[in-house]
Amino acid sequence: MEELDIYNELLMEHAYSKKNKKELDSYDACSLGHNPNCGDEIKLEVKLSEDKKLIEDMSFSGHGCAISQASTSIMIDTLKGKSIKEAKEIINIYFKMIRRENITKEDSKLLKDAMILKNISNMPARVKCAMLAWHTLDDMLNIDKKA
Amino acid sequence: MKEDFPLLKSNVVYLDSAATSQKPSCVIDSISNYYKSINANPHRGAYNLSVQATSAYDNAHEVVKEFINASSSKEIIFTKNATESLNLIAYSYGLDNLSEGDEVVLTIMEHHSDLVPWQEICKKNKAILKYMYVNENYEISDSELEKITSKTKIIGITHVSNVSGTINDVKKIISVAHKHNAKVVVDASQSIAHMKVDVQDMDADFLVFSSHKMYGPMGIGVLYGKEELLKNMTPFLMGGDMIEYVYEQDTSYAELPQRFEAGTQNVEGAVGLVEAINYINKIGYDKIREHERELLKYSRSKLEELDFLELYYPKNIDNHSSVISFNIKGVHPHDASSILDTMNICVRSGNHCAQPFLRSLGIDSTLRMSLAIYNDKSDIDHLVDALIKVNKMFEKYKES
Repeated sequence: MEELDIYNELLMEHAYSKKNKKELDSYDACSLGHNPNCGDEIKLEVKLSEDKKLIEDMSFSGHGCAISQASTSIMIDTLKGKSIKEAKEIINIYFKMIRRENITKEDSKLLKDAMILKNISNMPARVKCAMLAWHTLDDMLNIDKKA
Repeated sequence: MKEDFPLLKSNVVYLDSAATSQKPSCVIDSISNYYKSINANPHRGAYNLSVQATSAYDNAHEVVKEFINASSSKEIIFTKNATESLNLIAYSYGLDNLSEGDEVVLTIMEHHSDLVPWQEICKKNKAILKYMYVNENYEISDSELEKITSKTKIIGITHVSNVSGTINDVKKIISVAHKHNAKVVVDASQSIAHMKVDVQDMDADFLVFSSHKMYGPMGIGVLYGKEELLKNMTPFLMGGDMIEYVYEQDTSYAELPQRFEAGTQNVEGAVGLVEAINYINKIGYDKIREHERELLKYSRSKLEELDFLELYYPKNIDNHSSVISFNIKGVHPHDASSILDTMNICVRSGNHCAQPFLRSLGIDSTLRMSLAIYNDKSDIDHLVDALIKVNKMFEKYKES
């Protein structure tokens, strides 16, 4: 039952951790990610540094399965304090990993705890859950660029 | 009964028959035999093969007519599925018969397929959409029936809820509706495999179901409508085989049921559906009911022993059919169903195409097990053991 490896201690702790699940006092961007098939809804709030180049703080609220909750919390831990450019690169590495493309050792270090979602494609029905927050943030950061 | 179903010979514990049932060998074989022996386009060729295909297809209308006790095979229209049947009613009947200020009343339990089309039609025609809500027992109380008034033109009720398994008293609702001259659409998708559906006894104006939830193939559904209604309705899909004469600017349409069956039809589906009906008739609804009720009783008692579950079904087993929704407290149903899947157990998780119903109950999604004739107590025992395991996996985290 190698699929069950996904539900490991680290993922479960992230899934039920309240650390990043809160509302920020103020934020620069806020977006709702929604997966209509399963009803998962995640609201992300992003606060940028004064020069708008760094992700200073990030939080989420909403509801979803352990995989979507954990992947969101992990994403926040991984990307908080990064520049927008770095964050986008890491998001791309994450997408590559989920798609089972090869990533370098250095790249995998950048993913930190997000590495535990490496085998999510063993559960194809759950890939969307692991992607939801990351896609939502990716869209937010890209919109930011256009503006 | 399991031996009749080839797919169930593997170790799978299949508890998702409300989504689609498995198929017995006789149904699978009938489709293969159709293509091996009589395949041709019905109602077209003058040659013998086409005549045989035509007769197989026409015969299916007769068989369905007998099966649901319609008064004429003209009242039986084949569609793609229950969803298409419901859209046909909304567009061909609703659009022409609803005026500004008229009301459509649905139960809050309706599947999206009996809800979204009515939203569209009501918006187009400035009609008003109202809902009858369930009580704490997941049943429609009599007081909700007061929403049916002289303004009500159409009522949509599911015979059995695909979420709570509630068996609605359609006969009572129909008699109230008819006092106000409203027409009633019954969605029998979740009842047809489990209990006798008699359209004349119910006095339904329209009734729909899909073949694939009653041991038949996917891709074919049934629309029953009273002849007096159907014959005055505008065709839904237009094209070949549903016409009489076509001129450059005008067309006269074929008789019922053909006028609602445009294009080359799903003959293999009709043949498979006939075989599924034969299969159900051979076992008999009394026996099906008895077996499933016993299993339902067993499932309810086993699940009720698990104090970590939240259960969403009627207290009275007499009002409960073979759908059981529940949640493991503190565990998202998608996690639970993924883990159950690793143990070869198929249950549904999600909102079951009934978002307004779940929202009205204050829940986002549920796990859902559903029963069919091939299930037995060992399936339930496997599920219960697995649920205990899932809960254990999450226990220490969810309490932290």
